[in-house]
Amino acid sequence: MANPVIEVKDLTKKFNGFTAVDSVNFEVDEGCVFGLLGPNGAGKTTTISMLSTLLRPTSGAAHINGHDVQKDPAAVRRSIGIVFQDPSSDDILTGRENLLLHCLLFDVPNAEIKSRIEWALKLVDLTEWQNTLLKKYSGGMRRRLELARGLLHKPRILFLDEPTLGLDPQARENIWVHIENLVKVEKVSIILTTHYMEEADRLCDRVAIIDHGKIIVSGTPTELKTGIPEPKRPPEVLKATLHDVFLYYTGKQLRESGDTAEGGFMQKVMNFTKKNR
Amino acid sequence: MRELKGLLGLWYRELLVFWREKSRIISSLFSPILWLVVFGGGMGTVSHVEGVNYQTFLFPGILCMSVLFSSIFFGLYIVWDKRIDFFKEVLVAPLSRVTIFTGKMLGGTTDSLIQGAILLSLGLFFGIHYSVFSVVAAMLILFLLSAALVSLGLMIGALIDSLEGFNLFVSFLIFPMFFFSGALFPLENLPNWLKFFTFIDPVTYAVDAMRGVLLNLNRFPLGLDFLILGAFALFFISAGTLAFRKLK
Repeated sequence: MANPVIEVKDLTKKFNGFTAVDSVNFEVDEGCVFGLLGPNGAGKTTTISMLSTLLRPTSGAAHINGHDVQKDPAAVRRSIGIVFQDPSSDDILTGRENLLLHCLLFDVPNAEIKSRIEWALKLVDLTEWQNTLLKKYSGGMRRRLELARGLLHKPRILFLDEPTLGLDPQARENIWVHIENLVKVEKVSIILTTHYMEEADRLCDRVAIIDHGKIIVSGTPTELKTGIPEPKRPPEVLKATLHDVFLYYTGKQLRESGDTAEGGFMQKVMNFTKKNR
Repeated sequence: MRELKGLLGLWYRELLVFWREKSRIISSLFSPILWLVVFGGGMGTVSHVEGVNYQTFLFPGILCMSVLFSSIFFGLYIVWDKRIDFFKEVLVAPLSRVTIFTGKMLGGTTDSLIQGAILLSLGLFFGIHYSVFSVVAAMLILFLLSAALVSLGLMIGALIDSLEGFNLFVSFLIFPMFFFSGALFPLENLPNWLKFFTFIDPVTYAVDAMRGVLLNLNRFPLGLDFLILGAFALFFISAGTLAFRKLK
């Protein structure tokens, strides 16, 4: 039986009386990929922000790799690598410079910096592009670089917030293959949020569906798919997909106002960029 | 040691960005040179101040003006960083906010000092005579001034989320700081109301010290100028650090 690397107990976050995350409980076992699914504004990003110590929980506790997110944020930060929802690499620097900067910020031992950068570049097939400014990278290449960057300080856990948002199917397939490799070869545990059910189905060992700040249901994708009534459809597409599971539990109503409900930094920045586009 | 390495990383990043945007140096020199050549040259034909040509008198003031503008506007990059989300990567690093602030601050100060040094060397064409002491002291004044003002700019940038808001707020601040500093006129015989605003403006003490060092025309003792500049720098660095603590 594997040990849990993430333990979340009654985690709650309130913004001015609005409860964005409401007593959430879950565990992620070592070497597993855990998916947090939910409509816009359900509380996914807020949960990730608390686990990555960017936001302080209102109540409850979370342990990452044995470290308390509130009492020892620095140890938590060293244990995790994060790939944010929006591009967070510096586009005026080259790929290699972005990686070097990360090594300096995360105190990678000087003697290992060079070899780790080579290793990370190779891992995501960007060795040839290392001296190109990030401005010239495609969306998928940037994602891959950020994936590699998140691993430079050898974290045991990787946080992926919507890792393939806005990518075309080829780039998405490519990122998936890289993520699968990371789990297999580097033995990292992953927690990811996503809107894409086929992504969760393919990558995750366990998923939890969160809505209105609460986890409604969790289990392996297979458990969840067999746990709902069969969809009313012609027999050739009869089998329930994770997409059906998602809509079964969260309903079909659009969440137009969901974005503003979440007050996290990432959400604010995202809303801001949207408004100004 | 870990914090120092992070600090160097942040500084290195700012220098790379500065180096990649060399055109910024050229454009930042344009307006001070315009002031010196056109305004200074024009006024110089009709006026002398305290025994020196107006253009020469103006030089220390314009030197401080250029550092004032480039330093405060450095805060714009923090707003920009927040928008492109690069900053999140820095904020999740296991580094204290003091380190993150100091790294940014040193980056901005270095930018301003490079621009200041180029402008200082142009003083040759405006009747300035240098000595080893005057060059070292002038750079020290520019360093203190720019550390104070980069911190002020970063603090504003940390608190404001939009580029337009930053520009608006900063123009309300930067022009009074320039005009009240006495960069354009001598501090003697000012009416009381003007004297008041001049005395609370940190740039005043940089301009005064710079005039003392380059032209021997200071109104306050040099030691006092340095003391007040240093105090302003410490104050704004502390305020900026506090603003960075609040950054999410």
